[in-house]
Amino acid sequence: MDETVAEYIRRTVLKIPRDEIKTMLQKWGFLSETQLQTINFHQIKENISQDVVQLCEENSANIKQAAVLDIIYNHIYPNKRMWSVYQMNKRGEETEIFDLTDFKKKFKRRLRSALKNVTINFREYEDNAIWIRIAWGTPYTKPNQYKASYVVYHSQTPYIFISASMLRSNLPLLCQALVVASNYHDIREMELRSHSLNSLKDIVFKRYSQNFQTYCPRPLQERNVAPESADLRIIHENKSEKERIQRVNQEVFGDGPQPKLEFAQYKLETMFKSDPKIDVLDKKEPFRCLVKFSSPHLLESLKSLAPAGLADAPLSPLLTCIPQKARNYFKIREKKGLFPGSFVSP
Amino acid sequence: HLATSLPLPSERDHLRPRIDLIAFMIDIKSKYSLKNVEASLAHVDASFFLGKVCFLVTGVGRVNYCSVEMNAIWKLGEVYCSPVLFCELELEGIRVATAQRLLRMLQICAGHVPGVSALSFSSLMRSSADE
Repeated sequence: MDETVAEYIRRTVLKIPRDEIKTMLQKWGFLSETQLQTINFHQIKENISQDVVQLCEENSANIKQAAVLDIIYNHIYPNKRMWSVYQMNKRGEETEIFDLTDFKKKFKRRLRSALKNVTINFREYEDNAIWIRIAWGTPYTKPNQYKASYVVYHSQTPYIFISASMLRSNLPLLCQALVVASNYHDIREMELRSHSLNSLKDIVFKRYSQNFQTYCPRPLQERNVAPESADLRIIHENKSEKERIQRVNQEVFGDGPQPKLEFAQYKLETMFKSDPKIDVLDKKEPFRCLVKFSSPHLLESLKSLAPAGLADAPLSPLLTCIPQKARNYFKIREKKGLFPGSFVSP
Repeated sequence: HLATSLPLPSERDHLRPRIDLIAFMIDIKSKYSLKNVEASLAHVDASFFLGKVCFLVTGVGRVNYCSVEMNAIWKLGEVYCSPVLFCELELEGIRVATAQRLLRMLQICAGHVPGVSALSFSSLMRSSADE
């Protein structure tokens, strides 16, 4: 077995939390059950990984087989990577039946015709998700297994999730190969990025609880403000305002959990509006400014701003449109014309 | 009675008993909270400032998250002639002790402690803070 393969397997095993190693190796299926029995999974990870490498040596693992373990790890822990979303477009209306073998064949052929040194692995999962792992090399070097890219493609949808971690120069090639293999016409990057792959899927597949406009002439009397205290001696003076905030919040955010995003970025290219007496800029140029909101869970924190008394309800539509518009990167430019204001550009 | 800001909603005026003590809570982590308190102070009748107002500053345990400057708070206490109390709501011991202090102040302000008036008590508190 190649030295590099051994090292790669060793490092991959070290990434896995100790309690998960056995299950992951079983999922991998490369080592037999009897072989797995011989490993003591209670020793320190260093030693476990050495034992695993030893057994892989006996089975003469190659890099493609080692890569499968990496896919399994990333499928279980996708949130360690940053994912971007891409959308493909078809030229016409023809819906062709998706053929997995054809897809794989076309994809590999396209990539290999441009770049000989690539390691490509496919793995299918029950939810129609196709995971592709690509390790990139150059015409003169072997593929770098530690900087592999991941692609997740749900064949019934035009959406592709990519976790790049590679040279930007290989990205067009990857996109091209995907478009060709899936019989689409072109592909564009959406302004949507996050560590949480499932949340990105929730947003583009519209799987989160959306606010359906229901006609509600009177506020629902049964709605209770979150029971802060059962003590009847405490009287909340602003109860009706609190109820209004809850209602507005619920209309905007819906009832269910929000998709998990870590940031929203707004690039402002608007004119600086100041008191004409305070002449800050002598040139009438757009004032370039970048506003970034970050949070471990951005949408939940936005949802809790008004009830916590930190912001007025309703919140700015620039913040609340994030799931509907399926984007968390915005460019705001000056609106040209009679009504000066700002509008969000695609 | 808990309120997020003043003035109090007028629709509940008839249900409200006499107010003996107003405790303005300022979260030291939020500039918005200080602004809100300053805006609300304008709605308080002058007679309350004779010992029936106090400022309660919360969140003082987390030094790194201070957003409000201490000078601004001291100044507020001075300008409105009212005592400033500090507490950390997240620690049960301090929470309980602060509640007991406020309760004692409330008893005095409501006139339940013979011989001590709200005004005399507040001037007592102020002079000890100056030392």
